[in-house]
Amino acid sequence: MHIMTSTITPTLFEQLGGEAAVEAAVDKFYRKVLTDDRISHFFEDVDMDRQRGKQKAFLTMAFGGPHSYSGKDMRAGHARLVAMGLNDSHFDAVVELLGATLKEMGVADDLIGQVAAIAESTRPDVLGK
Amino acid sequence: MATIHHGGQKYELQPGESVLDGLLRNGVAAAHACKSGSCGSCMMRVLEGELPSSSQPGLKDSWKAQGYFLPCVCVPNGDLTACEVGSDARVPARVTSVDYLSADVLRVGLRCEAPFEFQAGQYLTVISQKGLARSYSIASLPDESSIELHVRLIPNGRMSGWLSKGSPLGAQVQLQGPSGECFYVPGRSEQAMLLVGTGTGLAPLYGIVREALRSGHSGDIHLVHGALRPAGLYLRAELAALAAAYPKLSYTPVVLNGEGESGVVTGSIDAVVAEKFSSLAGWRGFVCGDPGIVRSLKKKLFLAGMPMRDIYSDAFLPSA
Repeated sequence: MHIMTSTITPTLFEQLGGEAAVEAAVDKFYRKVLTDDRISHFFEDVDMDRQRGKQKAFLTMAFGGPHSYSGKDMRAGHARLVAMGLNDSHFDAVVELLGATLKEMGVADDLIGQVAAIAESTRPDVLGK
Repeated sequence: MATIHHGGQKYELQPGESVLDGLLRNGVAAAHACKSGSCGSCMMRVLEGELPSSSQPGLKDSWKAQGYFLPCVCVPNGDLTACEVGSDARVPARVTSVDYLSADVLRVGLRCEAPFEFQAGQYLTVISQKGLARSYSIASLPDESSIELHVRLIPNGRMSGWLSKGSPLGAQVQLQGPSGECFYVPGRSEQAMLLVGTGTGLAPLYGIVREALRSGHSGDIHLVHGALRPAGLYLRAELAALAAAYPKLSYTPVVLNGEGESGVVTGSIDAVVAEKFSSLAGWRGFVCGDPGIVRSLKKKLFLAGMPMRDIYSDAFLPSA
């Protein structure tokens, strides 16, 4: 029985709409990040195309989709930002913008909660704790 | 420690050093220009050894398969044997015309002596007989009889110096490329388009606009060309005539300094664009020229609602 339900129940990624949902969310989310005074300075001098790719990878992971992020990558990738002062308040801001993006897309609250929980699980690695 | 075998010699790389830097440090006259993996001037071919995947940015799949790579961004993990690119990656061409479009921009015409396929808006690398390599955007359309480049005269610039003061007419050069993703892709012909360029960033846009018009693009097309001073604007009469012939095309020249010039907007180009085009959801954009302005404009277009995947850009890195 257990096996049956787990194959029939769509995954979080599927419920959100998969790759297409990530594609629909990434520009909205990235625009919020770039215009939010709390965190925009971390994104000033980056290559936008490359950054969009990273945002997409992050969203795919947070949406429960296929990804190849490891905790070690997260740490290494954010070390420069931690040195610039990245802390919990900035992490909270990103999670908030992620939630606002999904809300705008009409995603149900319980799914938004699941996405936020996945994002939350990366906090120690992102902040180098 | 990686060892590079090149031209019958062995060179030890220092930790973290690129193949190009190692060769230059050892006095090898390797062709190069941007040193950042974009122009393709330094391209080589690996004969033995393993390339890091990051050493082939932007190369055609067929070239990757043949082991072509960019030594300026190649920091190998082990020994490599590399050679100059063969004639199969280069096409000979002759300089057929050189004339001034403005006080500091040359229009250079080239006639290829073998087929050279490209899309309007892509760029190529010109390699002189002395091995000097510089990249330029293509301003002409693929079926025109000669390739047109807009070359900015750079103080002490070796290629632009030769083209303006040497006797380049009739000289043979080699063309390598084309490269670049900044070109018109047919389809979605009703989409509004915004093209913004500074200086010779007009070159690829001149090709792209004409390609779009020729393809029957039905959406509005807005071309904005910026220069520091009115004298830096060029092709004004041609562009005004084109806009007069195609009502869906608008042409806006912008200068940073200088006022009272009729038909020219004064101001910084990113601010002028942001004010004039504040709602760009669903648009397609092309941004070419000065790297700082390209970066700023990309962000402004994106924040005005233009989808990131519909923003094509080409930042020009000057080389003396």
